[in-house]
Amino acid sequence: MAGEFGNPEVVEEEVDILIIGGGMGACGAAYEIGPWLDAAKAQGVDLKVKLVDKAAMDRSGAVAQGLSAINTYLGEQDPADYARMVSNDLMGITRDDLAYDLGRHVDDSVHLFEEWGLPIWKQPGDEGKPLVKGGKPVRSGKWQIMIHGESYKWIVAEAAKKALGTERIQEHVFIARLVNDKYDDNRIAGAVGFSVRENKVFVYTFKACLLVAGGCANIFRPRSVGEGTGRAWYPVWNAGSTYAMAVEAGAELTMMENRFVPVRFKDGYGPVGAWFLLFKAKATNAFGEVYLETNKALLDDFPPYGQAKVPASCLRAHLMMKEMREGRGPIYMDTVTALGKLAETMTPKEIKHLEAEAWEDFLDMCIGQAGVWAGENIEPEKKNSELIPTEPYLLGSHSGCCGIWTSGPEDLGAPTSEDHPDKDKIPSHLPQGWHWGYRGMTTVRGLFTAADGVGASGHKFSSGSHAEGRIAAKAMVKFCMDNKDHKPELDTPVERLVEQIYRPVRNYVDHQDYTTAIDVNPNYITPKMLQLRLQKIMDEYVAGVSTMYQTNAHMMDVAEQKLELLKEDALKMRAKDLHELLRAWENYHRTLTAEAHMKHIQFREETRYPGFYYRMDYNFIDEENWKCFVNSVYDKETKTWTCFKRAHVDLVDKSKLFK
Amino acid sequence: MPTFVRTDKCDGCKSQDKTACVYICPHDLMKLDKDGSNTGWAMKAYNQEPEQCWECYACVKICPQQAIEVRHYADFVPMGASVQPLRGADSIMWTIRFRNGKMKRFKFPIRTTPEGSIDPYDGKPAADIAKIGEPGYFTLGGVQKAGDPSELIRK
Ligand SMILES: Cc1cc2nc3c(=O)[nH]c(=O)nc-3n(C[C@H](O)[C@H](O)[C@H](O)COP(=O)(O)OP(=O)(O)OC[C@H]3O[C@@H](n4cnc5c(N)ncnc54)[C@H](O)[C@@H]3O)c2cc1C
Ligand code: SF4
Ligand code: SF4
Repeated sequence: MAGEFGNPEVVEEEVDILIIGGGMGACGAAYEIGPWLDAAKAQGVDLKVKLVDKAAMDRSGAVAQGLSAINTYLGEQDPADYARMVSNDLMGITRDDLAYDLGRHVDDSVHLFEEWGLPIWKQPGDEGKPLVKGGKPVRSGKWQIMIHGESYKWIVAEAAKKALGTERIQEHVFIARLVNDKYDDNRIAGAVGFSVRENKVFVYTFKACLLVAGGCANIFRPRSVGEGTGRAWYPVWNAGSTYAMAVEAGAELTMMENRFVPVRFKDGYGPVGAWFLLFKAKATNAFGEVYLETNKALLDDFPPYGQAKVPASCLRAHLMMKEMREGRGPIYMDTVTALGKLAETMTPKEIKHLEAEAWEDFLDMCIGQAGVWAGENIEPEKKNSELIPTEPYLLGSHSGCCGIWTSGPEDLGAPTSEDHPDKDKIPSHLPQGWHWGYRGMTTVRGLFTAADGVGASGHKFSSGSHAEGRIAAKAMVKFCMDNKDHKPELDTPVERLVEQIYRPVRNYVDHQDYTTAIDVNPNYITPKMLQLRLQKIMDEYVAGVSTMYQTNAHMMDVAEQKLELLKEDALKMRAKDLHELLRAWENYHRTLTAEAHMKHIQFREETRYPGFYYRMDYNFIDEENWKCFVNSVYDKETKTWTCFKRAHVDLVDKSKLFK
Repeated sequence: MPTFVRTDKCDGCKSQDKTACVYICPHDLMKLDKDGSNTGWAMKAYNQEPEQCWECYACVKICPQQAIEVRHYADFVPMGASVQPLRGADSIMWTIRFRNGKMKRFKFPIRTTPEGSIDPYDGKPAADIAKIGEPGYFTLGGVQKAGDPSELIRK
């Protein structure tokens, strides 16, 4: 029986493991899990797995367009060095256990990508020689390698789909809510979602679940105002589902105050990494001054981080923002000088090749930027391009570290207890220390995460996200084997869940005839308007672009009140079709994610990430009081947050970072 | 740079097993106007929310009729330019037309194996259940890069 718009068909399915998302993390999990399932079966435990993605895996997630580089490949380097780099770029507060573990695992995923058909650039003489056989990659930085990556996601998804089998994959299903266990609040038992194609609600029950639905874009008002609002740097379709669903299920979040404000080519938000690292271009103010040099003294304001051999991304943005605030913009990438210099020693053929590389950098991962250059007649060898800091995004796998508090590896010397003055403020049901049994598990039993979902690490990128999905997949199999007799039961009756999921449809169906124009109605709000309201609040009070990333406690008091009202109104969103139902739930997830971000900034009374945001009432780094993790839990009944500190500990020596 | 669909080229993917652009868009933007009630063009696709388009070109690349193109975001890109790909089995061709008429063409490799040829577990070992609680993947049977143990200062 096919459902109707106001009355969807309900499909209930029982599995052992549900993978939510189809991006890099999910594809890694889909690949790694197969042989472990076979091994479990040989032990008499036959586990059923399903993967659901809101879109089509071939092009879903952040890698939809492709990428021009794999940003995490260790090669000869030590995982400890990698963990140090991650810590340095994220201002000292990351979990070394997570970063180190990723570093010692990640290369195998890259080797698989190459085996599957991803073209990886090699040094002259090593063309055709795979990395695994010692082929030397072209590095655009210490950790990055260059690829011809237009089909990156297509290739990785093909392997994942083959590994898992299409019968275990359901595309175009959006998961809206997780459901806890009837007999244990702190355990996960199911998830509810809906098809964006048919009038169907899906209710899954399971023992374990991998929540890998990416990070979050579009909670801040974007710089563009019209058609261009789709051109966020971060993919607009990652809507904070990972964080919002986890927190509603009771999972502990970490470092949600962290955000990423990339400095990118203006408007198109095209990548700059290859320009800085591969072409050795410099960024200047309007007068041609290299602000990273002229403003160098500002770094002394932030010891010890300012003294790092490579200053963190936020500090580099900070030096740029001084120029903007003091009226010495626009800021430019000096492509003319860079290409001119390179051309001095090159043959015309090599120059042509270089030009192709510069364009490929955009065409592989940010085609819109090529459009901006073509529309403005910009040829980089003849005309410099403007740079701009974007609106903020939340993510845990790129140059950001917000996310969920997850269990780490046991063999690296991570703390097993809490030892700091505020330890009694940690809610007592939460685990102590950095590992509690299953790698990649959140503080909710059975709920695992990876990639953008894992907080307090960062700089995993595409390869690391895949690698982390694999690590979690294996741990989930172990969890299910250890819990093979557990029978999950949902804490909410299915009818109630369906009602909640389809509430926006109800709001529409019940009230649409009240007014002549369907978009303006006192009984409901369109998802689009709700999103604009959220973006306005976040932008104006929580350090968006309109205040040049500045906020203070008073501004956040206002934001707090406005967000509470917004959260209430989120229940009044309407959906006139399945497309709008998708938008309604995305915006529900955005709203909660935004609130987490605000609460964490409010709690952390310092400016840990100058250049990404400024708390003007505490405009300094306070190592003594705030060199710690800020974590939180949410009570979905009372709709309130509890923020608390956890101690930061170094597992590798960081002094090597500093001059 | 939202996508647009050319009325002269789109055939609604009538002979395909799925409507390619509708299937692939990661943001659920492309829609088939079955009866023409939204656009006046029955059985042709359109972008239902152009201001949400990430211009990822997934739909452009997959359209069997090359019916989808992109008009740069009107709120910041001057008119007249275009960036159009033709994606083959092992490479992609890009044609970039500048506003001033200048053209550039680039061809880049996209994969080294035939599409659909991946055999994910071919030549790979089985998973060793004894190692399920330890770090390391089934492919390697243990951790890939053990690292210098003296770096771990709390162990
Ligand atoms: C602009 C940009 C440039 C980048 N450049 C590079 C680079 O050059 N090199 C590099 O190595 N890495 C790069 N990265 C990083 C890399 O893309 C990410 O680290 C990686 O994709 C994260 O993996 P993930 O699985 O967490 O999320 P994603 O790969 O984004 O996948 C998220 C998945 O969740 C699905 N989903 C979302 N919500 C739901 C829901 N509610 N229900 C069901 N499914 C849902 C999505 O459809 C998608 O399949 C870049 C990222 C961005 C944004
Ligand atoms: S993929 Fe092309 S031909 Fe098919 S419906 Fe879309 S625009 Fe039309
Ligand atoms: S370019 Fe990408 S986001 Fe835009 S309609 Fe096509 S597939 Fe969707």
